[in-house]
Amino acid sequence: MIEHLSPALLLPLALMVAFGGVAMPLMAEPYGRKATTIATGAVMALALALLIPLFSSVIGGQTVVMHLDWLPAFGFNLGFRLDGLGMLFSILILGIGILVVLYAHYYLPVYDKLGRFFAFLLLFMSAMLGIVLSENLLLMVVFWEITSLSSFLLIAYKSEAYESRIAARMALAVTGGGGLALLAGIILLGQVAGSYELSAVIAAADLIKADPLYPVILTLVLLGAFTKSAQFPFHFWLPNAMAAPTPVSAYLHSATMVKAGVFLLARLYPVLSGTDAWVISVSVIGAITLVYGAYMAMYRDDFKGLLAYSTISHLGLITLLFGLSTPMSVIAGVFHIINHAIFKASLFMAAGIIDHECGTRDMRRVNGLFKLMPITATLAMVAAASMAGVPLLNGFLSKEMFFTEAVLFTGFDGAHLILPIFATIAGILAVAYSVRFIHDVFFNGEPIDLPRQPHEPPRWMRVPVEILVLLCLVVGMFPAWAVGSLLASAAGAVLQAPLPAYDLKIWHGFNLAFVMSLIALAGGVGIYAMRRHLIEWHHKLPSLNSRTGFERLHRYLVEQAERILRVLDNGSLQRYVALLCSFVLVYAGWAYSTGGSLPQNESRMPLDIASMIALAALMLGTLGTTLLHHRRLLAVVLIGIVGLVVSLTFVRFSAPDLALTQLSVEVVTIVLMLLALYYLPQRSPKESSRSRIGRDIVLAVGIGCGMAFITYALLTSSFSTISGYYLEQSVPGGGGSNVVNVILVDFRGFDTLGEIAVLAMAALGAHALLDQLRLTPPAKDAVGRLWAEEAHPLFLKMLMRPLLPLALAVAVYIFLRGHNLPGGGFVAGLVTGVALILQSLAGGFSFAEQRLPKYYPPFLGLGLAFAAGIGLVSWFFARPFLTSAHGHFDIPLLGEIELASVIIFDLGVYLVVVATVLLILTELGRLHYRKENA
Amino acid sequence: MEAMLAIAIGLLSSCGVYLMLRARTFPVILGLTLLSYAVNLFLFASGRLVVNAPPIISAEANHYTDPIPQALVLTAIVIGFGMTAYIVTLALRGLSESGGDHVDMPEIPDDDTSKAAIGNQPPAARQKEQQS
Repeated sequence: MIEHLSPALLLPLALMVAFGGVAMPLMAEPYGRKATTIATGAVMALALALLIPLFSSVIGGQTVVMHLDWLPAFGFNLGFRLDGLGMLFSILILGIGILVVLYAHYYLPVYDKLGRFFAFLLLFMSAMLGIVLSENLLLMVVFWEITSLSSFLLIAYKSEAYESRIAARMALAVTGGGGLALLAGIILLGQVAGSYELSAVIAAADLIKADPLYPVILTLVLLGAFTKSAQFPFHFWLPNAMAAPTPVSAYLHSATMVKAGVFLLARLYPVLSGTDAWVISVSVIGAITLVYGAYMAMYRDDFKGLLAYSTISHLGLITLLFGLSTPMSVIAGVFHIINHAIFKASLFMAAGIIDHECGTRDMRRVNGLFKLMPITATLAMVAAASMAGVPLLNGFLSKEMFFTEAVLFTGFDGAHLILPIFATIAGILAVAYSVRFIHDVFFNGEPIDLPRQPHEPPRWMRVPVEILVLLCLVVGMFPAWAVGSLLASAAGAVLQAPLPAYDLKIWHGFNLAFVMSLIALAGGVGIYAMRRHLIEWHHKLPSLNSRTGFERLHRYLVEQAERILRVLDNGSLQRYVALLCSFVLVYAGWAYSTGGSLPQNESRMPLDIASMIALAALMLGTLGTTLLHHRRLLAVVLIGIVGLVVSLTFVRFSAPDLALTQLSVEVVTIVLMLLALYYLPQRSPKESSRSRIGRDIVLAVGIGCGMAFITYALLTSSFSTISGYYLEQSVPGGGGSNVVNVILVDFRGFDTLGEIAVLAMAALGAHALLDQLRLTPPAKDAVGRLWAEEAHPLFLKMLMRPLLPLALAVAVYIFLRGHNLPGGGFVAGLVTGVALILQSLAGGFSFAEQRLPKYYPPFLGLGLAFAAGIGLVSWFFARPFLTSAHGHFDIPLLGEIELASVIIFDLGVYLVVVATVLLILTELGRLHYRKENA
Repeated sequence: MEAMLAIAIGLLSSCGVYLMLRARTFPVILGLTLLSYAVNLFLFASGRLVVNAPPIISAEANHYTDPIPQALVLTAIVIGFGMTAYIVTLALRGLSESGGDHVDMPEIPDDDTSKAAIGNQPPAARQKEQQS
């Protein structure tokens, strides 16, 4: 079997391992912190091990794609893909992930059991892996959203701190909002391209760029990418997200989550890039972010904040490189993704160690640590030098490539110098903040008033930093050997074209780019030297605090929402109903005024005397109920008349089944209302204000006129029906001549199953409400008379008892004939219910209680089981659910009888109806009985 | 006949809506019942008015009325009963919880002065009141 399986199946398998692994740390938690850490690391290692077999073919230039239909009608399929770009990111996500897990084990306090933290981290890691392995773009957006949600949980991990909660909410609002824009953009993209599969979208690139919707798609997709990658002006969430534990910052805010935005740029590069709109918007935003982030980083006193702004700046650099849209700039961008992930993750980890050891991150107090923790200091200094772009380190190489591209770029007409100058300024600032980090933290005198006495961290806590710093050096000195093939295949996947010839080496000769590097190094040191003047100058600038702006906007929106809610949702049912009715009127009126008219039919039915009298009685009953509703008992009598006339209407217009049902429901409903009225006040107070009555009359008349109008229009329009099939098939297909019943139990049995389920739920709900209910019945009636002594008159009692078997026999008869003549489970159930309830009324509930089951919910279940069970039986005959069978049987004494399997189904219906009626009525009756026996 | 039935349905829904807008539970139950009559009749009428042609297959009959609306209305009647029953029990539960039969707990009277006072309270404060 195995050899038939495609190796591409490893992609979903790795994702399943990752997502399934989310439970691992939680399960390992009881076995201690070490077990939890190992379990988490093992999940990541296993996912990586599953992907590694595919790497060799990807480096060979192949793209591994696997496709599984899910919702093909919507273009939403399980499409997975591994190409060079995905491979690069998988390695970053899983490789750095394992290091972060090891680091977090030592970073988080010992009382933290780690299970929850690692579960969140794995969830995030899985989603991130999902993004980079998705072939289907909709699937990618789903994973994208999961990263936003799981990063919310991670940033808010120290949920007791107000700062963490605010920061998490802000990150969620910004990246989640961007995610929505991205979803819209991807949907449009898929609509234009005709597919959501990346391969097909890439193939349709020219079509997309020519489409009038292209600018909209580009804007929406870039909004998604820029919010995630913290590009100006959406950058402000990232520095605030530093409230997260440092392993989270090292993972999410250096290597993975913020890289998702630039990953998206790279992913859709072959689809969207190359136009002027792309070049200008992406490179300008990238350039602004590059310089702004570097400038702000210089002034942070908190070294984690410095790293955050530096991250923003570097992300701007990568964005700028993708924006320039030349093959070499793309290679430089991909290369910088690798380098930045390596040096920034190690710097965050080192910063976390320092924070951990000193108890503060304020560079005005954390000084001179070189003497106290020389090894960590050396590691951090190497990484920071890489960040500054010092030769022999990896950061230097990609920065050098950037400078070269800046010089060579000719895209901006007549302004060739702008880009190199910008690049040099950014380089100077990057050196300045790196120097500040190194000098302030490790030198610059003695530590001032630290909460703790710092010393070297535990041995294994440093290991991840050591590995990453070693990588900085290896990549910096032997770039082609270390990452050459990885870079080539990733850049190839971005460009979707053969790569230009390029040379990954340290020394490119004494060229302009090298001069720019030298200027940056010298200028950066110079700026740091005169930092005091600069800081003074900076503090005089008006502060551009987008965080408070965001908070103010948030508070304003919440206040407005609450104000609207106070108007709409004031807790008054009357207002809700009035709003609903007004909405119906306005909406239906609008629909009517814009719609067409029904074709009219000339023939009308003449009005006969009997019908006129009946309908007049109905109207009188209706008006009487309404006008006299304050006298409740009278209103119940009058509404009974209305129900009777409705039954008569059904009789008149050829609906015997409906008439039977309506009649029996009417009896049960009236009994129910009378029982309720025993406890409720006998009269309604006249309390409505005149204006309220006026408003209600307007609404009621409006809706009544609308209903009358629609009914008239419907009744007089010409008629065509789909019922021909049912009428023809009822006897041959359903084995019954009562078409209504055959439709209920056979043709549309599934509907009926749903309906009796609803009925059973209503009954259970009533059961729950009545359970433990205590009510005191009034001692006197509305006019102050005592209740009659003789609650159950002997005459009624005696009359009812012989009636019971008769009524039950009628019920059985109605049930059995239902398939062919008016009747069936619904009616028979109601008749049985009425017969049994009449016994209670005549003989008292205690009398009935002794003779009837006390607890009805199991009968509801039994009925549903009958109905669903007979449906399942058809599976054993390899037929769809609820297929019926029927045949003729010769039974002694009774003669030949036609039986259909649906009779079992109808029996289920019958049971549910009986149980519902009895449950509600006997439990209502029992309220009183309970009282008597209390 | 068509006009007459249309007027009857209109009146049923009018009165149903008016009663549903009342402030006490019992009229609301009556209103819902009237409205279900109206809706059931309306659905039934979508099969048009046909006399003496029940949808029961027999050799003598030469035409039948439309059985589909009937099947739909039949279950609607029974479910309508389930709904009424549920609301009646809800009303009784409300009576036992709040001691009154007003549809709102706590009562929100409809004269405008006291409404303003209640409306200005944040929902949380109202909830607290309810619990105490």
